[in-house]
Amino acid sequence: MHLLSALIAGTLFGLGLAISGMTQPGKVIGFLDVTGAWDPSLAFVMATALAIFGPTYFFVTRRRQKPVVAAAFDLPTKTQITPRLVAGGVVFGAGWGLAGFCPGTAVTSLPTGELSVLAMVGGVFVGILLTWGVQSAVQHEDVPVRADF
Amino acid sequence: MHDFVLATLGGAIMGVASATLLVMNGRILGISGVLGGALKVRTSEAHWRWAFVAGMLIAGAAVAAVWPEAFANTQPRTLGISLMAGVLVGVGTQLGSGCTSGHGICGIGRLSKRSMVATGVFMAAGAVTVVVARGLMAGGL
Repeated sequence: MHLLSALIAGTLFGLGLAISGMTQPGKVIGFLDVTGAWDPSLAFVMATALAIFGPTYFFVTRRRQKPVVAAAFDLPTKTQITPRLVAGGVVFGAGWGLAGFCPGTAVTSLPTGELSVLAMVGGVFVGILLTWGVQSAVQHEDVPVRADF
Repeated sequence: MHDFVLATLGGAIMGVASATLLVMNGRILGISGVLGGALKVRTSEAHWRWAFVAGMLIAGAAVAAVWPEAFANTQPRTLGISLMAGVLVGVGTQLGSGCTSGHGICGIGRLSKRSMVATGVFMAAGAVTVVVARGLMAGGL
């Protein structure tokens, strides 16, 4: 069951990305181009998604002890603003602005068969593994499985 | 349909997708976390993430079949630049614990200060990169 709901959530998310304009890198670059010919339309994507997810989050986590098809909620616990968080934002923003793809739009665009999208997704996996490699070399320990937002 | 209407509709569907994963699976929808966790193939944690990725691919294939303009790219990049952008995105999201979805939608939706800071930073960095990249490309790079 939990695989089916994840599949449905992924399908909906991909559909939303494609319909919203987020899978058009030129539009993303236009949205980020605040000093040039700014295209504000993608701000509506975030605003609407937030308007639906935000209230749902607070309602659900207060009313329910556990999710429908899993044993417990698994939510981020970190609260500290760290140099690592800010550095990550800078590096991610640079990659996002460079090609106009974030992880979600790149994966959703894979079925187009565009080689540049394939290179982008390949790069994301290389970047993830590279970070883990450096991390475990520095810390001499395993990296935790889940991400904290 | 007007861009703003499509953006609003798409955003609403993404909001429902994030709400679905929270209510059903108890998870925060973050694509960089999904991709990272999917690589931990020996753990059961990878399974739902691959199901999620499969869903995104199904959605992408369906939309590409009926409405290829949804994937129009007016700013194509070379393979080398695309690869480099991908590596930056991979490294940045692992260091920063998230991307546009996990921080920008779910994190801000949870009123997480970390996510608000991260989103502000990656949007600012993206804006600077767009200006710098345009300058470099105009210069023939």
